[in-house]
Amino acid sequence: MSELTLLLIRLAFLAALWFFVIAAVGVIRTDLFGPRTAPAPPRKPAKAAKPPSRPKKGDPRQLIVTGGPLQGTIINLSETPITIGRANDATLVLSDDYASSRHARLFPQDGQWIVEDLGSTNGTYLERSKVTRPTPVPLGVPIRIGKTVIELRK
Amino acid sequence: MSAADGAPVPMTAKRRGAQLAMLGFAVLIVMGAYASVGLGLDGKIPSGTLTYGLGLGAVMLAAYLVLAKFAPWADPLLLPLVTLVNGLGLVMIYRLEQADMKGANATSQLMWTALGVVMFSATLIVLKDQRTLQRLTYTAGFVGVVLLVLPLLPFIGTEINGSRIWINVGFSIQPGEFAKLALVVFFAGYLVTKRDVLALAGRRLLFIDLPRARDLGPVLITWALSIAVLVGEKDLGTSLLLFGTFIAMLYIATQRTSWVLIGILLFVGGAILAGQIFSHVEARFDGWLHAESDELYNRELGGSYQLMQGLFSLGSGGILGTGLGQGHPNIIPFAFSDFIFDAVGEELGLTGLMAILMVYALIVQRGLRTALAARDPFSKLLAGGVSFILAWQVFIIVGGVTRLIPLTGLVTPFMSAGGSALLANWILIAVLVRMSDGARRPPPQAIQDEGLTQVMQR
Repeated sequence: MSELTLLLIRLAFLAALWFFVIAAVGVIRTDLFGPRTAPAPPRKPAKAAKPPSRPKKGDPRQLIVTGGPLQGTIINLSETPITIGRANDATLVLSDDYASSRHARLFPQDGQWIVEDLGSTNGTYLERSKVTRPTPVPLGVPIRIGKTVIELRK
Repeated sequence: MSAADGAPVPMTAKRRGAQLAMLGFAVLIVMGAYASVGLGLDGKIPSGTLTYGLGLGAVMLAAYLVLAKFAPWADPLLLPLVTLVNGLGLVMIYRLEQADMKGANATSQLMWTALGVVMFSATLIVLKDQRTLQRLTYTAGFVGVVLLVLPLLPFIGTEINGSRIWINVGFSIQPGEFAKLALVVFFAGYLVTKRDVLALAGRRLLFIDLPRARDLGPVLITWALSIAVLVGEKDLGTSLLLFGTFIAMLYIATQRTSWVLIGILLFVGGAILAGQIFSHVEARFDGWLHAESDELYNRELGGSYQLMQGLFSLGSGGILGTGLGQGHPNIIPFAFSDFIFDAVGEELGLTGLMAILMVYALIVQRGLRTALAARDPFSKLLAGGVSFILAWQVFIIVGGVTRLIPLTGLVTPFMSAGGSALLANWILIAVLVRMSDGARRPPPQAIQDEGLTQVMQR
C-alpha cells in the first residue's frame, strides 16, 4: 500500500466524518425551518390561498386591552404571534407584579387564534378556566393575565 | 424555565427517513474506519470488516425499529450520532487490540454495545411516559446513593487501579455509572417541587440573591456526598460529575446565579481541602500542574506518565493525524479506556477530534432542544440534566486528558471500553429519546365548541 493511497484514504475518512456532521446539522436545519427546496412550491400556493380567507367575516383583527393599567391599548393582529409578559421583548409589555416575564402567547393557526400559557407563575385564564394547554380564543372572550384583561375584536 | 418553546409548527415531522439515512451513513463511516485500520496496519482490508460492520448495522437497525415503533416522534438524530461515536470507539479498541495491547478487547465491547442496545430498547418499551419517573423521585435518590456507596462495602467492593469504584458480583461492574442516572432523576423530581422556594426565598446582598440557610440543606448534602465519594472511593471524576450536574440543574430550575457561585465556591473549597489532606488527590493536582517534571514523569504510581504520553500522541497526530492504523496509540497507558480520546487524536488528528466533539455537541444540542420543547417542568429539568451530564462528562475527561483540568478517571461516553458505562449511557439516551418523543408529538387538536370539557393529554 503506497504512502499516497494511505494519505488519500486518511483525508477521505476525515472528509466523510465532517460530511456526517454537516449532514446532521442539515437535518437539524430542516427541523427548525422546514425543508429548503421541495415543499417550498406547495407553500406558496398555501400562502396565496390564505389572503382570500383572511378577511373572512368573524376573523379577529384587533387585540384590545379591556382591563388593567394598559386599558385601551389596541394591537392590530397580523400573521405574527403575540407574546405577553413583563420582558422587554414581549409584544405587549406589562408592568404587573402578577405577570411573569414571558407569560403567555397568542398565535394564529388555521384561521383561528390560539392562546398558550408559557409556564407562568400565576396562570392565564380564558374566561374563567385556567389555560393549561394551547386553546383557541373565540371573539370577545376575555383573557386574564395578572391584572390585565385582553380580548380579541373584529 | 419559562422560556418560549420556539417555533410551534414545523417541529411535527417524524423524519424517519432522515434518521435511517443518517444511521446508514454512520455505520458506513464505521465500516470505512475498520477497513482503513486494516489498510494502515498490514495493507489489506481486514476480513472482519463486513462482520463487524454488519453486526453493528444489524444491532442499530434493531434499535431503529424499536424506536420507530415505540417512540415514533422521537428526535431523528440522537440514535445516528450515538451510533457514530460508539462505532468509532469500537474501531479504536479493535485497532489497539490488533497492536497487541493488553486489556483492549473489541469483541467484548461489541457484545456490550449489543447489550446496551437491548437496554435501550427495553427502556423505550417499558418506559411509556417519562413522567412516571417523577413518582420514583425519592426511590431514585435512595437507589442512587446505595449504588454510589456499594463499592465501599467489604467483600463485594473491589479496588482496581487505585479507585474503589467496582463491585464484583461474578463479573465486575461500576455501579456509579448507573447511580448518576438515578441521581439525575432524583434531582429533577426534587427540584420540580422545591424550585419556587429555592428561587424566591432569601434576601439580596450586594448583587447576588442569597438563599435562606435552611434551603442550603440539599446542596450541602449533595456536596457532602460527592466529597465522600471523592475521599472514600478515590474517584475524583464521579464526584465532580455529580456535584456539577446538581448545580447545573439547580441553575436550570431557579435561574439564580447565586447557586452557581455557592456551588463553585463549595467545590473549589472542598477540593483544595481534600488536596491538602489526602495524598491521592494531591498527587492528581501535582501531576496536572507539574506534569513535565522528571520526578513526576518517572514516578511509579500516580505520576504524570500517562498524561504526558497522551499529550505526546496528540502532538504526533497534529492537524490531520497519522491515519488509522499508522500511529502508535498503544504506547499510551489505558488508551482503550480513559485515554481513548488521545488515541483517536493521534490517528485522526485535530480535524477528527473536532468532528467527534461536534458529534457530542450535537447530541447535547438535541437534548437541550428537547428540554426547551418539553411540555412539563419535570421533563424539562430531566432532559436538561441528562444533556448536561453528558456534556459535563465529555468536558471532564477531555479536559483531563488534554491537561486543561486535573486528570480524573472518567469514561468518554460511548467510546471508552467498559460495559457498565456503555449500558448506563444507552439507558440515558433511551430516556432522552423517550422525552423527545413526548416533546415533539403534536398536541391533540382542539375540537371547536368543546365548551368546558377539556381534552386531557396523557
